[in-house]
Amino acid sequence: MIRLLIVAAVAIVPAGARTIAVAAGAEAQERLQTALIDAQPGDTVKLAAGRYALTEGLSLDVAGVTIAGAGADQTILSFDGQKGEGEGLLVTSRDVTLRDFAVENARGNGIKGKASDGISFVRLRVVWTGGPKATNGAYGVYPVSSTNVLIDRVEVRGASDAGIYVGQSKNIVLRDSHAEGNVAGIEIENSYNADVFGNTATHNTGGILVFDLPGLPQMGGHSVRVFKNKVIANDTPNFAAAGNIVAQVPTGTGIMVMANRDVHVFDNDIDGNGGAGVMLVSYQASFTDATYNPLPREVAVRGNRFGRNGFAPAFPGGKELAGAVGGTLPPVMWDGVTGYTVPGGAAAGGEARLAVNDLPMLDLGLKMQGTPVSAAKPQLVRVAAAVTLPEPAAVVLPAAQLARAAAR
Amino acid sequence: MRRLAALALLTLAGLAPPQPVDEALLLAADPAPTLAAYHLFADAGARQPAAGLTPYALNTPLFSDYATKYRFVFMPKGRAAAYTATGVVEFPVGTVLVKTFAYPAASGERFIETRLLIRKGDGWVPNTYVWNAEQSEAVLKRAGARMAVSYQGRAIDYAVPNVNQCKQCHLTGTTVTPIGPKARNLNGDFAYAAGPENQLAHWTRTGLLTGAPAQVPATPVWDDAHASLDGRARAYLDSNCAHCHSRKGFASNSGLYLDLEETVPAALGVGKRPVAAGRGSGGLQFAIAPGEPDASIIVHRMESTEPGVMMPQFGRTVTHAEGVALIRAWIAAMPKQ
Repeated sequence: MIRLLIVAAVAIVPAGARTIAVAAGAEAQERLQTALIDAQPGDTVKLAAGRYALTEGLSLDVAGVTIAGAGADQTILSFDGQKGEGEGLLVTSRDVTLRDFAVENARGNGIKGKASDGISFVRLRVVWTGGPKATNGAYGVYPVSSTNVLIDRVEVRGASDAGIYVGQSKNIVLRDSHAEGNVAGIEIENSYNADVFGNTATHNTGGILVFDLPGLPQMGGHSVRVFKNKVIANDTPNFAAAGNIVAQVPTGTGIMVMANRDVHVFDNDIDGNGGAGVMLVSYQASFTDATYNPLPREVAVRGNRFGRNGFAPAFPGGKELAGAVGGTLPPVMWDGVTGYTVPGGAAAGGEARLAVNDLPMLDLGLKMQGTPVSAAKPQLVRVAAAVTLPEPAAVVLPAAQLARAAAR
Repeated sequence: MRRLAALALLTLAGLAPPQPVDEALLLAADPAPTLAAYHLFADAGARQPAAGLTPYALNTPLFSDYATKYRFVFMPKGRAAAYTATGVVEFPVGTVLVKTFAYPAASGERFIETRLLIRKGDGWVPNTYVWNAEQSEAVLKRAGARMAVSYQGRAIDYAVPNVNQCKQCHLTGTTVTPIGPKARNLNGDFAYAAGPENQLAHWTRTGLLTGAPAQVPATPVWDDAHASLDGRARAYLDSNCAHCHSRKGFASNSGLYLDLEETVPAALGVGKRPVAAGRGSGGLQFAIAPGEPDASIIVHRMESTEPGVMMPQFGRTVTHAEGVALIRAWIAAMPKQ
């Protein structure tokens, strides 16, 4: 036990932390990758201003390392000439801080952190410079299977799946960031305890998504707060490859909650989204995982400021639905699904326990999971249900992580 | 055939006086700057293994851009690996797995790189040594490199991996491990100098392996036309995908698990929708669409050579046409659902 404590202390406050300086120029690939391999816990790999012409994906597998550029518009890692690997930068170690640089035109994902507990993305820019294109990489900022994730003041443009994507992670703070021109601006998927606030999601296909998918090691997404965000004019036609879940996100979606529990959406500015401002839906496709719950439940939607939304619903039957309720969709739309069949088993589901105070809400009345929208029995709900849902506690990240992220 | 070629190499006469493998250097904290320093080979060109190195082969190996791979295992004298029913056999501290990647050349054969996986006291450590044009020296290369190679008239932009890439594939959970030498994948004959012999029997007889039972399952040989299509395909996926696509591998978050031991159809990709494939899905709905190879993402990604789409993500730069044909045939033979 004493030895464990000593090891932990060493990992947090390493003696003789160094700065390894790297500049742009010839052989940038080998010099930068070598620095990332040679770094020791506590070291900072400092990237001077300049454009780094990289030919392969970069990777970091040393704990406690900071990669620091001279600014998100000063230090640019350009992957225009990338020949291999699925990411621009891959992090597989813990307690890593990435700050003040840009990743441009990665062939696959921009920056991925796998099983990278304590990872922080700070003041980064991840962009595909040609605008929204199906040939752009999938995810811009992509932590997955990680605990304690900070995403702070990043900017992501052009991702062909989700600009900022947090998958199968726990304890997440995603704040003050900008997602524009992606299919999904921000996506929290199969994750627990996330605070998403102060962000702007604009001109994506869908602004902010909170999803849960079957067949994965971590399922049952829950306890997510989406608040004080600007979800404005998400109007880019969906350019995702078919087959992926985001390919089914209707163009013009503001905030979409799918198959999650304990999600609170409040105090957001939601305007100019041609589809639903807020959409609460079940996972629609068939699935074989008996432990998966495809329903949204215990979702609170309150105190958001809605501008003009719902004027051009892009999902099948959307136009007719809008026509039936006066031409535009109301602020909130729920598919009304409360039941599903457990694969190979019994009927399941029950009360959705929605606390929607931003009214009216359009209830499509689909009842059973998998029922197509064409079978909707829509009705406008004008009175809030008598359901009180306690708000999830604020996500608290370790002080040491926040201190590393605040360093300049 | 490749095993016979390996044998031919081994029997070339050497001239230099033999030096013992430098076991202390192998276990040192830092890797040696040159391959020669370890004395794993008797000659500068590493065509002659030193005493104590045993050549081996795998029933079904990873495809590496059509490179020929020469594998050797070294264990300290008197030490042995312990048999395990699943996973890689338990090698002792001081073990070195040596693998040289080579292509045919006008001068006979060109070595590209020689990779070492060393079992140190606190775990396995990977490194690779890249051969010079003269084939006289291999030097440590930790950050990766590209090597122009010509193979049967086609240009290959061969990628030497960086050490992080080595670890990415060799990771099980949080531990670096070998991938190939599972007992079942070693369970086949090798053409030793004294004649062909089952590798597990040979290792047991020569004191390299303990505890192997009389009956050990064998990984099917992927290109053995006499083996079952299902066995060959599963063996190919096991060797080419499962180092990442397993429950403890780098791609654990994908939910797609392709190791030979996996039994859940959806985890094997049948009717499984993509999770984080992005444009890698190629617009297709399922990893494996039974009966429809052209509708299966797995085929699309095996055929691609485009970063962000291709699978594996690295380790090859060209399509393995024969491997793709096998997986296509396997999927085509599945009843449509």
